[in-house]
Amino acid sequence: MAALAWFAPLWEFSFMQRALLGCLLLSLSAAPVGVFLMLRRMSLTGDAMAHAILPGAALGFLISGLSLGAMTLGGIVAGLVVAVASGLVARSTILREDTALAAFYLLSLALGVLIISTYGSQVDLLHVLFGSVLALDNAALALLLGIAGLSLLALALLYRALVLECLDPDFLRAHSRRWSALAHYGFLVLVVFNLVAGFHALGTLMAVSIMVLPAAAARFWVRRIQSLLGLAPLLALVCCVAGLLLSYHADWPTSPAIVLALGAVYLFSMVFGRFGLWRQRAISPVHLKG
Amino acid sequence: MDRAGAAPAVLPAAVPVPVPVSVPVSVPVPVSVPVPVPGFAAARPAIELHNLTVGYERHPAVHHLSLRWAAGSLVAIVGPNGAGKSTLLKALAAELRPLSGRIEGLVGRRVAYLPQAPQIDRSFPVTVQDLVQFGLWHQVGALGRWKGAHRQRCREALATVGLQGFESRTIDTLSGGQFQRALFARLMLQDADLLLLDEPFAAVDESTSADLLQLLKNWSASGKTVLTVLHDLRLVRTHFPQALLLAREPIAHGATAAVLTPANLRRALGMREAFDDLAPWCEADAAAPLGTPAHAHEHAPGHTLHQAGGRS
Repeated sequence: MAALAWFAPLWEFSFMQRALLGCLLLSLSAAPVGVFLMLRRMSLTGDAMAHAILPGAALGFLISGLSLGAMTLGGIVAGLVVAVASGLVARSTILREDTALAAFYLLSLALGVLIISTYGSQVDLLHVLFGSVLALDNAALALLLGIAGLSLLALALLYRALVLECLDPDFLRAHSRRWSALAHYGFLVLVVFNLVAGFHALGTLMAVSIMVLPAAAARFWVRRIQSLLGLAPLLALVCCVAGLLLSYHADWPTSPAIVLALGAVYLFSMVFGRFGLWRQRAISPVHLKG
Repeated sequence: MDRAGAAPAVLPAAVPVPVPVSVPVSVPVPVSVPVPVPGFAAARPAIELHNLTVGYERHPAVHHLSLRWAAGSLVAIVGPNGAGKSTLLKALAAELRPLSGRIEGLVGRRVAYLPQAPQIDRSFPVTVQDLVQFGLWHQVGALGRWKGAHRQRCREALATVGLQGFESRTIDTLSGGQFQRALFARLMLQDADLLLLDEPFAAVDESTSADLLQLLKNWSASGKTVLTVLHDLRLVRTHFPQALLLAREPIAHGATAAVLTPANLRRALGMREAFDDLAPWCEADAAAPLGTPAHAHEHAPGHTLHQAGGRS
């Protein structure tokens, strides 16, 4: 019963219930997007995009204070501008996409920090950087619900094109330029939307962790993309619950607690997963006949 | 098809063009090409290249190519490194825009292209079945439903290339040759009218390449046009009725035995491979078709000019 008591805060306090619901929605939409980020070798791109949405959120904050709508809209616009601008630079100059993106997100980040430091207080900066999963109000939950619904619908529609775009992009382009562009840019839009959703809960700096870490951990357990897409959200949710409780009992800040829980699962999977270090080492030297 | 009839080099597309049937004037090989399956020639149009020049940054990789492949042709494209073979395939696959000239007979046709080194992420966690069934994209598209019949066709295609039992293996566990066979299964499902294969047997053992060659012949016999870039001349002589010998310009085209003569091969090897940055504009040269006088090949000033890369 002592164990059950440890979980009790989850249903005893309404702010914990809200946090749990927010985490569930975020896990459902962000973790599958993270699987594709990982498979497209764009994990760090996700990180850069997360930084890029800061000035948009800051501008929204500047115009209308700690307003959910303004900060969300600003974040989405900033993220899309950086994504499209770096895509254009990569396509029309000698710079590759990674350098173009790095340049734009650094500019964007500096601009965001400048705006917040000049016009806001330290507390506001902390809120934007580290999120406030324990203070999700109805509007924020509605936003997370909307983005989760949209993401899942878009992923379902884009799934086949997106898999082919990752696997053999030339083949998809030869068959359908429209779907090729839709998969490429549609996916970037999904990343931006989920980062904005994540930044309300976990903050801009750690929003990408709920995408990348569950996907990376799941890779050590399962082989097929369908299984990855199922396991990653599950791991994300479990880690969110663990992080919330950890933060409650130890009185730690919530976002880092969640991210550290995700990190612990990642490290555990890397060592003990079916395709992790330990199992691959300890595999039986006896091999099959055919 | 009187080549001395000196039709203008570029005609309006709507006019039935009296084109040179296959080779430019200078090439000492038979002009007419046997049509392997006459019955299909009427159903499917031939593919015609009209004074085609393709290349990069105005340097032609291969220029002044005028020829005609009847439906059902099984053609080997041979030539030294840098002769423009792959570039020609890319142009036919519409991945590269010609610098000048045009390609006819591809409107509304399905084209399947297997590049020399396809940019496929072989660590991507999908099964062989997943990979191969993308060959049916033209039927199911991005949103259509997989039916039992589709899966059945995938299984049959895999069996044809000798990969039965591999359906649920992930693609990272395949060897190079097995992977190539899986790509052939995908090609088979694409059911294209024109197949462009770039060095398809490079990583494939003898018995597999014999199987795959049989597949090529079946495609050709069913009226599909198959263009294959190859280096193994023995293979070409044994299995390919037609050949095109390229060395940045067409050296010879036609029946394989007449194309792969020692004299032609010597000429092909004499090709200059590097682009010449100081090359002058391409004058109408010996390879220009139709015996037209200098500068008859309609380079629009500014954007379609190309430089005669290795010929100065």
